[in-house]
Amino acid sequence: MVSARSDSQHRSSRTPALGLRWLLLAGLSILLMVVDHREQHLDAVRKAISATVYPLRVLVDAPVSTWNWLQTTTSSRNELLLENSRLSAERLLTHARLQRYAALESENARLRAMLEATPRVTDRVRVAEIMSVSSNPYRHAIVIDKGQQDDVYDGQALVDADGVVGQVIETGLLSSQALLISDPDHAIPVEVNRTGLRTIAFGTGEYDRLELQYLPNNADIEVGDLLVTSGLGGVFPPGYPVAVVESVERVPQEPFARVAARPTAALNQVREIMLIWSAQVSTESPDNDG
Amino acid sequence: MAEQRNARRLPVVLTLIIAMMLAIAPLPDAAKAFRPDWVLLTLIYWSMALPRNYSVGSAWVTGLILDVAQGTLLGQHALALSAIVFLTVRFHLLLRVFPLSQMTLTVAALIGLYQFILFWVNGVAGISSPAATFWGPVVSGTLLWPLVYWLFGAVNYRRRSA
Repeated sequence: MVSARSDSQHRSSRTPALGLRWLLLAGLSILLMVVDHREQHLDAVRKAISATVYPLRVLVDAPVSTWNWLQTTTSSRNELLLENSRLSAERLLTHARLQRYAALESENARLRAMLEATPRVTDRVRVAEIMSVSSNPYRHAIVIDKGQQDDVYDGQALVDADGVVGQVIETGLLSSQALLISDPDHAIPVEVNRTGLRTIAFGTGEYDRLELQYLPNNADIEVGDLLVTSGLGGVFPPGYPVAVVESVERVPQEPFARVAARPTAALNQVREIMLIWSAQVSTESPDNDG
Repeated sequence: MAEQRNARRLPVVLTLIIAMMLAIAPLPDAAKAFRPDWVLLTLIYWSMALPRNYSVGSAWVTGLILDVAQGTLLGQHALALSAIVFLTVRFHLLLRVFPLSQMTLTVAALIGLYQFILFWVNGVAGISSPAATFWGPVVSGTLLWPLVYWLFGAVNYRRRSA
């Protein structure tokens, strides 16, 4: 076995090679970054490497998921009975609401047929779990446990029980990364449910705050207004709740009102989310803007 | 010979895997800004102790994996890690004879440079990154270095005497 001491004797002859090797690698990484930033050509490379990363993600996620599993397996019979009765009560309520929804839906379809508008297609959904893995330190991103194998695609919308969570930005084979709507680089086209006023909600980097920029001072918007996805832009299917307006500040000197909204989804607390396969997006021309 | 080489590699690969896991482990929001650059510290140690086996090439490959694990630009961590490891290998003889306090200060400078490269790339690519997160890893990494050095020294010593 070569001892660490003998490294030094070899070093002097290797030093120029070292600098050259580093320069080559640095050039290669800059090339990679440029290509990666501008184009999507490197998706295959990313996918290949992400196959080696997946076991790491599973290992890191393991303690949390084991803990959750232990909690469910060791919960007492009483607790389970209690939860069961609570859930069946909830189910009754949602079913009652769904009945109305079914009637409304058929009415809507009839009216649309009268207007000769294209009928809306219901979206396909699937539950995915968020892995307890932290990702990109510069972004509000999450890792979910579904990937290409489950037909996840880039730009797919994610919702939880209360509203829109974000969109998939990178699909691996078995897991993917999603950007939350609160990321400072994220924008989502919305409309005010009450008036139909269309605007764009920008993320701010805070989990409980979105901003509506470019709304004129005289825009009809009030505290408490619900913002739903407008479906423009083609990424998010229309009609899902996004946020509730929290404050409206009208400064006469400034061209735009300052409007802040609170996301309806619990962005930093959710564990399970739903992936939406929007039928409308796939039939129309695919239009991928962020 | 092949077995011997494997035995040499095992501790390095294992520590790198653990460092990678710590890099993607979830942390409470308050502690996130102070997450030390585990992979960087590990690579600094091994490239200082075994510069012939672990140099810019291994750092570059590790960086690519880290890029995918964190979802950053492909090549960002690879560039930063290989730059720091280049400096470490270049000056490994000097670093080895430094007293611990001086070595820690040098490592602090290296972490600072590492963070600077990452921020610089973000700036050029137009990815917004809060400047406040620059100093967190430098502080925590510097404080942790003596511990890392001692711990890895124990691993390295056992490996050599085995």
